[in-house]
Amino acid sequence: MNNDLLLLDQTIVMNLVELHNVRKYFSSQKAVDNISFNIQAGSIFGLLGPNGAGKTTLIRMITGIFYPDSGNVLFNGKEFDALTHHKNIGYMPEERGLYKKMKIGEQALYLAQLKGMSKQDALKSIKEWFVKFEMETWWNKKVEDLSKGMSQKLQFVTTVLHQPSLIILDEPFSGLDPVNANIIKEEIFNLAKNGATIIFSTHRMEQVEEICDQIVLVNQGKKILDGSVDAVKQDFKENIFKIGLHSTQKTIQTELFEIVQQLPEALLIKLKQNVSTNEVLQHFINNDYSIQSFQEVLPSLNDIFIKLVEDSSSARQFQNIN
Amino acid sequence: MNKISLIIQREYFTRVRKKMFLITTLVVPIVMIAFYVLIIFLSKSDSSEKQRIAIIDDANLFNEKITSANKNLTFQFIQNETEQSFLKKFNAAGFQSFLFIPHSIDATTNKNFVLHSEKAVNLSIMDDIEALINDAIRSRVLIANGINPVEFEKKSANAQLDNIIDTENGAQKSFTEIAYIISLICGFLIYIMMMSYGTQVMRGVSEEKTNRIAEVIVSSVKPFELMVGKIIGIGAVGITQFLIWIVLLFLLQAAIPMIYPDVTNQINNAALESKEGVMALNSVLQGVSALPMLKIVSFFLFYFMGGYLLYASIFAAIGSVVSEDHQEAQQLVAPVLMPIIVGFVIMSKAVDNPNSTEAVVGSIFPFTSPIVMMGRITADVPLWQTILSMSLLVATIIIFTWFTAKVYRTGILMYGKKVSWKEIFKWAFKKN
Repeated sequence: MNNDLLLLDQTIVMNLVELHNVRKYFSSQKAVDNISFNIQAGSIFGLLGPNGAGKTTLIRMITGIFYPDSGNVLFNGKEFDALTHHKNIGYMPEERGLYKKMKIGEQALYLAQLKGMSKQDALKSIKEWFVKFEMETWWNKKVEDLSKGMSQKLQFVTTVLHQPSLIILDEPFSGLDPVNANIIKEEIFNLAKNGATIIFSTHRMEQVEEICDQIVLVNQGKKILDGSVDAVKQDFKENIFKIGLHSTQKTIQTELFEIVQQLPEALLIKLKQNVSTNEVLQHFINNDYSIQSFQEVLPSLNDIFIKLVEDSSSARQFQNIN
Repeated sequence: MNKISLIIQREYFTRVRKKMFLITTLVVPIVMIAFYVLIIFLSKSDSSEKQRIAIIDDANLFNEKITSANKNLTFQFIQNETEQSFLKKFNAAGFQSFLFIPHSIDATTNKNFVLHSEKAVNLSIMDDIEALINDAIRSRVLIANGINPVEFEKKSANAQLDNIIDTENGAQKSFTEIAYIISLICGFLIYIMMMSYGTQVMRGVSEEKTNRIAEVIVSSVKPFELMVGKIIGIGAVGITQFLIWIVLLFLLQAAIPMIYPDVTNQINNAALESKEGVMALNSVLQGVSALPMLKIVSFFLFYFMGGYLLYASIFAAIGSVVSEDHQEAQQLVAPVLMPIIVGFVIMSKAVDNPNSTEAVVGSIFPFTSPIVMMGRITADVPLWQTILSMSLLVATIIIFTWFTAKVYRTGILMYGKKVSWKEIFKWAFKKN
């Protein structure tokens, strides 16, 4: 009992957002079915799942657009209240939305003021961001005159202008060329470094591995797993090692491992249970191989997720494109 | 509250600063004035070119003397021709038409006169000639009875009938026509406001939805604030436009004499030429001042805003439900337009008969009352009807805004699904 209380105290300090048994049913489906997870303050949090898994519904409950049918959402340890907390949240939906006929500068100003910024503060902040993204000359352009990448940058700026402590980005890189994607990625790291918490919702696993500290995977309205990226990988590792050798010509016969894949100058091997890495290395040394490198191969998130959701039809989305 | 005012400002200024707004706001009164001038101009110049008319007067009705007030008409009496023989010649002889008056005239039926022509003769010329024939017949009858027609004309009675309405506040002269026009204009303005600005609200909402900005905005403000801000902002645009129109109409009327002195001279002459013109002008002024203007203005403002608010919230809900498909929008809009149109029809009848059953019912039923009541504002509406009508309208606005706000908050985030009225009602009645 005492321990529980102690734990609770710690989580309040550490977590910016907590979801407790959150549920949201629509007439036709269970969009979010009893999901709980915590988002640590200052982390980059990956909200992952195939399309239709319930990501957007979860986000809408975190931003206060939807109320959960049951369960609760805590923000900074307090029950979420849209009126007081919306100022601390910046949300960029997957489907980008801007007024097409409105001038860019005015639009950014309007959205910032709706978030409670004063006109002066908003103007100052907009100018800084416009300089940073080399958008200074855009002020009087209309959104309909912008390219997709440009309006994406504007959307990002309007999301972070009011210095929210929680930034929610739904597929922030979709439709961006590599150069602009990199600029946005750098900014995401910057914002996180300066203390913002970032929820990064996507179904693109390679981006998640690169960016996120923590993840939660949802599928068909249910949470499948959560934890840090490293922990998840550790949990799902399959004892596979890559050993770099000068030559892999000789046939290797051993009870210690089996060969998963034979590469020109390396072998992928899967260690049998209770076999230590030293034993394996000893085996290669004893057999007169010259070892170049030796490292554990962790599964990619992509592999893990395919494995986890492969029973469902939506698993196809995670198939490796390469 | 601060946010609603931000939204109102955006809705208002983005629209008012558009070129289209400027164009329609400026062009409409100019077109209206141009029509007004054109109508007066046309009626003054009488539009008809000169007509030479031949007369075969077998009855010697005119005694070979005929003069018309219409200077475009010239007459010539033809001798030694019959109706049949002249039929083939009149055009070649340079006449546009010829009038045949048979030998025997039946003064009681008077139906046997014919004007032959190549082309159809303009109605006003027909009227002129008819008047000439009637005058001639009357003179002949008077003379036959030993009365001098000139003396008779002098001594004829010329009665004018006034309608006095006696109320507790004293007697008042009734100016039915002025009241009629004021009623029609007020009703029409409310109708325009509901139709054009109501549908603008609908388009604005569905634009926000299809642009997907709605999701960004509702993460900052409540959907209700967004809806109310939009409705008020667009309503303010409508009021601005009406105010500009009124000012422009006055300015243009003042400016026309400076630009085209001829036109106004003609208009003034036309009005002043006859005694009737002066009287008409006076009675317009009297009529306007005799009407209960304070009551009319306050009723107009109340129903103008009430009608707009009621329909704008319904249109907002429809806009939130539809996506890009305009046909879908039309299907949902049709039943909403029905009461507006029915209201307009009842209103145009209510101006004639302000206390008929349909006028009373229509001015109490909240979906038609904003328009129908305008048909009755110049008449005396019993107090209980006024109170009932106004409170019903206010109550309906509150209830409907509550329902439409619920539909709206569901609708603006709902994509890719065609929605039926049944589903809309389900959204309106479900709990959050």
